Amino acid sequence: MIMEIIRVENLKHVYQTAAGDKLALDDINLTVDAGEFVAIIGTNGSGKSTLAKHFNALLKPTAGKIFVENLDTADEKNLWQVRSNVGMVFQNPDNEIVAAIVEDDIAFGPENLGIEPQEIRRRVDLALETVNMTDYKKFSPGKLSGGQKQRIAIAGAVAMRTKIIVFDEPTAMLDPQGRREVLGTIKKLHAQGLTIILITHFMEEAAAANRVVVMESGRIIKIGTPQEIFSDVAEIKRLGLDVPVAVEIAERLRRKGLRLPKNILTAAELADALKGI
Amino acid sequence: MIDIRKVNFTYMSKTPFEKTALREISFSVNEGDFLAIAGHTGSGKSTLIQIIAGLIDLTEGVVEIDGAPVAEKDAHRRIGIVFQYPEYQLFEETVEKDIAFGPRNFGLAENEIAARVDESMKLVGLSAELKNSSPFELSGGQKRRVAIAGILALKPKYLILDEPTAGLDPKARNNLLAEIKKLHRAGVTIIFVSHSMEDIARLANRVIVLAQGKILFDGTPRTLFSQSEILKQAGLMPPPVTQLMQELRRAGLNVGAEVITLDEAEREIFNIGSKRKKEQTL
Repeated sequence: MIMEIIRVENLKHVYQTAAGDKLALDDINLTVDAGEFVAIIGTNGSGKSTLAKHFNALLKPTAGKIFVENLDTADEKNLWQVRSNVGMVFQNPDNEIVAAIVEDDIAFGPENLGIEPQEIRRRVDLALETVNMTDYKKFSPGKLSGGQKQRIAIAGAVAMRTKIIVFDEPTAMLDPQGRREVLGTIKKLHAQGLTIILITHFMEEAAAANRVVVMESGRIIKIGTPQEIFSDVAEIKRLGLDVPVAVEIAERLRRKGLRLPKNILTAAELADALKGI
Repeated sequence: MIDIRKVNFTYMSKTPFEKTALREISFSVNEGDFLAIAGHTGSGKSTLIQIIAGLIDLTEGVVEIDGAPVAEKDAHRRIGIVFQYPEYQLFEETVEKDIAFGPRNFGLAENEIAARVDESMKLVGLSAELKNSSPFELSGGQKRRVAIAGILALKPKYLILDEPTAGLDPKARNNLLAEIKKLHRAGVTIIFVSHSMEDIARLANRVIVLAQGKILFDGTPRTLFSQSEILKQAGLMPPPVTQLMQELRRAGLNVGAEVITLDEAEREIFNIGSKRKKEQTL
């Protein structure tokens, strides 16, 4: 049976600024199933990061509700439970690493939970293995590349045994190799059963999700599979977004008169379609 | 011309923490170049651009700007540098004041400053109405333009940009790239550091790849993206469209793999598509 793990109901968020109130989220409704991989796309300022911060109660709704495993995030006494269910990984790994040694950094969270030392050891080793960083456990984080640092930040969430990890543009500052490493890690965590929410400006990354949520000016304007979302190339571009390169090429070829099926998302699908011509 | 000869640089030299950032770097940047610098994190890119801009004192080697050592004021003032996420450096109450900050520090006359503010705003595509807005009320892409305008107001002959499109959404990114292209056409020599091989393919006429502080490659993007060994060594990958073409080839389609732009890919695939059709009808 599919279990719902996050439910957002009529969520509204208003930031109070010196220049007056700013409506950042306007009537957001969304459910995420346990084990699902959801990507959120939208231009800068569309409300993606504000929404992300609601998933683990870093922000409280101005109106409406968010439930994580049926716990209301606005209720103070749920705070601990909600935050131990939802890990966050942000854009800049340098802001997320606290310790001088990689394994100490990963142990930081579990230590704060008051877990037994042997259990912490086990969790840290397992987390390092999951993100493929076992060889670096004694390293100073300062000596790691951006992609490696980001994987250490992910390991920190894994060691906390969170069920959900929210990634807010985790690859924006990384080189291509780092980006590939992090996306690979995200896919692996998803395959292991974690629920993934990924905010990104890279459409190739969004294409790896089960569902894509499109935001504009604080609202969700579309939810669908990557095939559905990216099939309307003109609409995606109107929104100031882009499509994966295989989608773009397929669309251009269609305009030139090649008869290609709809819903081409990957190079492999494009290759198959072209062979059929 | 910017001339860089035999530059070596080590951080925290003669301490247990010493780290060699650049080794035996020599190259020249010609006027009119649109030069990209690529390489993975820690390869020496940021150190190199700071040395070119005269922000780090040289310990070994020579950097000359139009024949004069970069340490001289007239030399390093020819270079503008826009750091990563420059919008975090905005601080003034209004867009106008923020852009005017540099020229004012250079001691220019007020009417000249005003003219330069107008001109640089136009160059980066910011509407004049925004002059009196607080820079903090603007969108991410606009903030970044204000920061770049602040550097352009110093009229650099050479403009260095470190990851100019990082963190921008696709539209803001395309707009900013178009503005940078316009600057280049207006005669500014551009050096930009980028992790986006797509941006490099679209803009640069030349790319230098650094790996472990050394120059691993210096040539055109097209040549670079066809050399998988060098890319692998440098920890880089060709742009998505080139990867797509390579996958199509692996899947047995007879398309050229040297494609680096969407337009080229479209043409290439369309040609084989229509060829196949012809063969079938024959």
